[in-house]
Amino acid sequence: MSRGLPIVAVTPFPVAAERELGDAQLRGNLGRATRTIREKRARVVAEVADWEAMRERAAAVKDEVLDDLGELLARFEAAAVAAGATVHHAADAAHANAIVTELATAQRAESVVKIKSMATQEIGLNEALEAAGITPVETDLAELIVQLADDTPSHILVPAIHYNRRQIRELFARRMPGFSETSDEPAVLAGAAREYLRRTFLAAKVAVCGANFAIAETGSLVIVESEGNGRMCLTLPETLIAVVGVEKLLPRFADLGDFLRLLPRSSTGERMNPYTSIFTGVTAGDGPQRLHIVLLDNGRTHVAQDPLGRAALRCIRCSACLNVCPVYERAGGHAYGSVYPGPIGAILSPQLTGQDAGFNKTLPYASTLCGACYDVCPVKINIPEILVHLRQTGPKPAAERVAMSTLSWVMRDRRRWRAALRAARTGAAPLRALTRRRGGTLRRAPWPLSAWTAHRDAPLPAAESFRDWWRRTHEQA
Amino acid sequence: MSLAELFAERAGDYRAGMHHCTEEDLPELLGRLLAGASKVVLPPGLPGAWTAALTAPVLRDGLAVGPGLLTAAELDQAGVSVLTACAVAIAETGTLVLDAGAGQGRRLLTLVPDHHVCVVHDAQIVADVPDMIAALPDPTRPLTMISGPSATSDIELNRVEGVHGPRRLDIVCVH
Repeated sequence: MSRGLPIVAVTPFPVAAERELGDAQLRGNLGRATRTIREKRARVVAEVADWEAMRERAAAVKDEVLDDLGELLARFEAAAVAAGATVHHAADAAHANAIVTELATAQRAESVVKIKSMATQEIGLNEALEAAGITPVETDLAELIVQLADDTPSHILVPAIHYNRRQIRELFARRMPGFSETSDEPAVLAGAAREYLRRTFLAAKVAVCGANFAIAETGSLVIVESEGNGRMCLTLPETLIAVVGVEKLLPRFADLGDFLRLLPRSSTGERMNPYTSIFTGVTAGDGPQRLHIVLLDNGRTHVAQDPLGRAALRCIRCSACLNVCPVYERAGGHAYGSVYPGPIGAILSPQLTGQDAGFNKTLPYASTLCGACYDVCPVKINIPEILVHLRQTGPKPAAERVAMSTLSWVMRDRRRWRAALRAARTGAAPLRALTRRRGGTLRRAPWPLSAWTAHRDAPLPAAESFRDWWRRTHEQA
Repeated sequence: MSLAELFAERAGDYRAGMHHCTEEDLPELLGRLLAGASKVVLPPGLPGAWTAALTAPVLRDGLAVGPGLLTAAELDQAGVSVLTACAVAIAETGTLVLDAGAGQGRRLLTLVPDHHVCVVHDAQIVADVPDMIAALPDPTRPLTMISGPSATSDIELNRVEGVHGPRRLDIVCVH
């Protein structure tokens, strides 16, 4: 399977979406899963009296981070180093991959255990490690499913949301050594993953993780998870390498108070996730004795320069916006061609890479602008506004540019505009007669208008303009 | 509803085993909860009274800086349970917070064994996450927040208890 860079769409969104829409199994799985999680989220959010105030505060804290990024990074680094960590700075994906690969090689690691991490997916770390002869082992159940299937994740939080239990059992039977279960009960499948990974955990020398939050004040990292695979990776191996996007910073430890209430309710629809680990540097006798923190830029400081677009960097990767998006629910994560799918992906991927990369310029159009994503976002990212902003600033096809400048020329002058309307009415008159029964809409127009009518009906110009109607009914009287 | 009642209700929602007793009855209750264990792991600093009625053989972990530390392989044996205290508990979310302080031990101890029994006193329960942060003696100690047993929702979003952490979590509320 050939893949592009992890955050560059190799296919235009409309083409990829059409391909994915043909998969009825996928649509069924996605519909069920997103509906379940939407309902769970709504229930637990309604329990919190000051939810809206909390969103406001969280957005303000993240904006503070973007304002003072340089200073907070320096403070984080000083605190982490004082607590025994080693801090590295990676400008881009290749740089980060080189740092991690070198650190793992220095420990003579043949494999590394991994906690699910969007940052390491974004940089394609697994591929880089494999190229260096090191086997990355994904230990999150969903990531393990995706890795065993040689597939790519389709959801930020539930990467295997596109598999149902029957498909997972078949996959385990084919690819998981020692698997012999005949039941496809989720508990049985999870139990098999436990057995399969336990030996690996106990033998692992190096673990790689991301972080949900990094605290500038104390140099602490925060990892939010459910299964305990994260705790295994954070406590058993002697060496831990954390790849952390620079926007993950929070200024103060106390800021966690809001964020740890917002994140689980928004993402899994639980009051709290089963396990959250917070650790600061190295603790003698407890957990890894070598901690490396790789602070990843990879386009982030560039995005932070855009006064409107930078709000995308507030994202805490909860994936609430995916679960409410009518486009995501039908097209699924793979249609976005990036490890960041859904509404947040549609504004994050094109900004991180620049809109000229691959077909990322098609992503800001992967939305109906309905605004459901903005309503659920725990850090109040105005996703529809940024989508429109990216459409305005993004590259456009030549035909569209010509059409728009012609239209602008016509509309600038009253006489030209009236003449154009009259011409359109006259031209459409015979069609109107033919389509009267359908309410005067056109189902199939010739090229290039067929691009519009392929997915929707086109209304014909009205028989009489408002202006003419007014003159006829009011001014002549 | 008192904080202790809310905590018990919310922690119970995660399908943790909930138990209630007085300080006086605690040793006997712990003895009962741990009677089926092949071995009981004890972190340093646990009150002696808690272990008075244990019948299973015990494995005592050393201080983090010193000899006598249990290995992951020892903790991974079949039927091993671990008994700990906690630093703080959060009522709103039914969460236990361990900070590697006295009676809690290294993070490994509450992770590798398949059964965790944790004792919470009413006075340790705070309202929500911000109060928990304020109540921590030192936030830079290794912290683990535990809300119910290990779980996954990765298969069709069905919550399944017990993946890599302890599959059974018993919480003893001392009133």
